[in-house]
Amino acid sequence: MTGKTINPTRMELTRLKGRLKTAVRGHKLLKDKRDEMMKQFLDIVRRNRVLRRKVEEGIARSNAALTVAAAIMGPEMLEQALLYPKAGVELDVSYRNIMSVNVPVYDFHTTNDDPAELFPYGFAQTSGELDAALEQINEVFHDMLELAEVEKSMQLLAQEIEKTRRRVNALEYVMIPETERNIRYISMKLDENERGNTTRLMKVKDMVLQDAHRYRK
Amino acid sequence: MYKIAVIGDRDSVLGFKALGLDVFFTEMDEDARTTLHRLAQQEYAIIYLVEELYEPLHAEIAKYKDFATPAIILIPGKSGSLGLAEAALQSAVERAVGADIS
Repeated sequence: MTGKTINPTRMELTRLKGRLKTAVRGHKLLKDKRDEMMKQFLDIVRRNRVLRRKVEEGIARSNAALTVAAAIMGPEMLEQALLYPKAGVELDVSYRNIMSVNVPVYDFHTTNDDPAELFPYGFAQTSGELDAALEQINEVFHDMLELAEVEKSMQLLAQEIEKTRRRVNALEYVMIPETERNIRYISMKLDENERGNTTRLMKVKDMVLQDAHRYRK
Repeated sequence: MYKIAVIGDRDSVLGFKALGLDVFFTEMDEDARTTLHRLAQQEYAIIYLVEELYEPLHAEIAKYKDFATPAIILIPGKSGSLGLAEAALQSAVERAVGADIS
């Protein structure tokens, strides 16, 4: 009806009924998927908020300490001290499946496990504030990694939820009503044909009877 | 094996160098843009970006949002948190839910 004309045939009717069944089932499944993803998503958002606050506070603290260190030592010395880090960080990325969305899981290890190796400089020429700043940054780093994981998961999930939501809506408000309308149209047309046929038969029967008994002279 | 990068102005990101992260100093927006693209092509799984660079680079950041790698994460710069990350969170929620719920 909408857009293209459909053949009011029994075969088309069967086809549409099958399609409606599939659409309804798909709609239900997608709706369940959307609801579950939404639940997971809101959990992640909550965790993201907490981590974000922790990380921002940690970085602010370390920046403050670093500023003091720079003031005491002079920015050039500070930069020199940090120029060649002893520690290295390597990152493994694996993927976890949340409702068929692949979200990354980060697993990092430092190439140098000795905690003293955090400080890539001799203690003679640097101020104590610098040590404090680096300790702060080291502390917040674990949270930063987790934040990256959570935030990326959140973005990927948001995208997938948006897609699923669109599909659910398309099924619910376009596909299913249209199919139902078409089914109604076909069955009405078929019923109408049937009625037309019956009256025609009755009419023919009358005519045949009339003919046979020669009621009319 | 993946790596972690930090992009930002010198004062904001210098401390991360000691951790062994790959730190890139960029003062100009154009620099930051090319650096970001270059790093995204390479094996960087996480790119931390100071919030000051979000405004000039938001088109680039949005481009990588839907890919699994790299994850571009905003961190506060030396002037403190600008609240941009919170805003980004809010917009992601809006995108998912289809409405503003807060």
